[in-house]
Amino acid sequence: MISIRNISKTYGETEALHDITLEINRNELFGLIGPDGAGKTSLMRILMTLLLPDSGSASLDGCDVVKEFRKIRKMVGYMPGRFSLYQDLTVEENLHFFATVFGTTVEENYELVKDIYSHIEPFGTRRAGKLSGGMKQKLALSCALIHKPKILVLDEPTTGVDAVSRKEFWEMLKNLQKKEITILVSTPYMDEANLCDRVALMQKGTLLDVDSPGRIIQKFGKRVLAARSENMFRLINDLRTFPKAASVYAFGQFAHFTSPDDDVEVNELENFLLKNGHQAVEVEEIEPGIEDVFMGLMQNSLQQSVAAGNTNNKPSKKQT
Amino acid sequence: MKTLLYILQKEFRQILRNRTILPMIVVVPLIQLLVLVYAATFELKKIEMTVVDRDLSPASRGMVTLFNGIPFFRVDGNVAHEKAGEELLLKGQTDVVLVIPAGFEKSLMREDQAQVQLLIDAIDGNTAQLIYTYCNSILFNYNKQIIANWKGLPDFNPPTEVVVTENYWFNPELDYKWFMAPGILSILVTIIGMFLSGMNLVREKEYGTIEQLNVTPVKKYQFILGKLIPFWLIALFDLALGLGIARILFDLPLTGSLPLLFGFAGVYLISALGLGLFISTITDTQQQVMFVTFFFMMLFILMGGIFTPVESMPQWAQLINHLNPISYFMRIMRMIILKGSGFSDLLEEFISLVILGVLFLSLAIWRYRKTA
Repeated sequence: MISIRNISKTYGETEALHDITLEINRNELFGLIGPDGAGKTSLMRILMTLLLPDSGSASLDGCDVVKEFRKIRKMVGYMPGRFSLYQDLTVEENLHFFATVFGTTVEENYELVKDIYSHIEPFGTRRAGKLSGGMKQKLALSCALIHKPKILVLDEPTTGVDAVSRKEFWEMLKNLQKKEITILVSTPYMDEANLCDRVALMQKGTLLDVDSPGRIIQKFGKRVLAARSENMFRLINDLRTFPKAASVYAFGQFAHFTSPDDDVEVNELENFLLKNGHQAVEVEEIEPGIEDVFMGLMQNSLQQSVAAGNTNNKPSKKQT
Repeated sequence: MKTLLYILQKEFRQILRNRTILPMIVVVPLIQLLVLVYAATFELKKIEMTVVDRDLSPASRGMVTLFNGIPFFRVDGNVAHEKAGEELLLKGQTDVVLVIPAGFEKSLMREDQAQVQLLIDAIDGNTAQLIYTYCNSILFNYNKQIIANWKGLPDFNPPTEVVVTENYWFNPELDYKWFMAPGILSILVTIIGMFLSGMNLVREKEYGTIEQLNVTPVKKYQFILGKLIPFWLIALFDLALGLGIARILFDLPLTGSLPLLFGFAGVYLISALGLGLFISTITDTQQQVMFVTFFFMMLFILMGGIFTPVESMPQWAQLINHLNPISYFMRIMRMIILKGSGFSDLLEEFISLVILGVLFLSLAIWRYRKTA
């Protein structure tokens, strides 16, 4: 449905996207996961014909994003990261306006947005600017859907939205998927990755991995130990000094620990922490989550780029 | 076509909900006409004159009396010395110092000629010129008197003299307000059109709403026309309002045809709004639009002949003015309102405005990008 081939995009000195190739299937709920500045928005804007790639090509349902942008604009629904509806128009006026500029009416496609729009319908005469964050998202989603697009692209729709609204929002996306809409969604929240059919982990303009969340975790194949104590800050610092530590990250109330050869046992780590004077130590082995995978992959790619950087720097170091 | 109507509906809704713009549309023309037309005047109502009479003869006193007889000359006492007169001039307490040297009368009797000196405050060149002209004509009258008195000729004009009678056409009483009002009105519609349309477009960029609109099938020309038409109508409405106010307040004559005037205004506004929209397509924030638009407005207004006639500007300035839509429109306004010129008299201006309008509007549509 969406195919991206060797797309690169550079802003001045910074490379936002580096040789991205990606295939998204029809009727898939696909997630782009990555931290801020990974290139998620740039990639989406290229697909939405708002940005021209420097090289490479992309097509949506067979239409090229550069040559056939007119066709694409008719068949996609886009929800930008920033609330982009008219704040001085009411809820109803916004919905009607976007329906009419697509040459359709609210009535014609009401069925599609009914589940979402019914939440905000009681506030139909309220100005969009006066809505709460969650309601704004629902209105934006309604407006992006009102022309019955084949492909829906959402740029960080849940950023800055409360936990309950986030959950509701993902349920809505699941329902839309049943109505045969291909959905591409980006998010910086890794827990949301599990809700997608497939995800692409992005970092610094490159794809670290593309697969279903389950497979990605499966492929990770490392043992993760979760540890906690009274003083988490000191715990993390101490764990990093552990001789066989590969990565140590804070995840909620626990610190997740991996070792290079997966040969560290729970007791070993517990004893180490007790020796370092930690109180109320708790260590257990857990199933790795998508966060662990992402952190691991990110660290690998960082180490690679640092290694590459070092070899480049060698000649200049000799001079000094 | 239908899409354009929906866009217009949206724009009007937004304008009518804007609590700053709506009152401004009515208040601006009123204030501008009331304040500017009365304030920006070249008419001299009062000239403060200081006399340094070092002769103190009947002849010198006779001359001062002549000045005293003119209503708008206030001859403010004598000072004994030129220095004192100069000081008053420095302090800005007098506009002109008339110095009558000692031996003025004697010289006049013996040598048939004598000299007086005028020291004029020329901070404002226009005023200084006017004072000089007034003083000169008074001194000319004085000359005639003494020729009559001393030479013993009867008080009638010599047969060789050419008598000039003036008749000022198109503004018989030289009412400065009649000259200013059309100029102020041209500026008014320009401000309303250029600023509002440009700011409105760039606001969509600032608020990010353009991002959502750019992925819709709305065409570039539809979007630009959607921004142009509302402010075009508002500017024309303001022109009508302004003309009405001017008609009531200073009895501004509307000699020419009103439909013609509004037709020209419509053509002119396309170029002004086109330029405003073009500026907003190359900028990203309302602040930038304000700054750039203000630059062009100042340039266009001051070069367009609101105070000084374009014809007396240097050649290069007149060349630049070919690209200045305000300069054409100001001339058109004055010619239709005061002179009653018809379409054929303004054909050149019409063609120029059409060219500028098509140029600026095309630039705006061309430069507006849905894709970065």
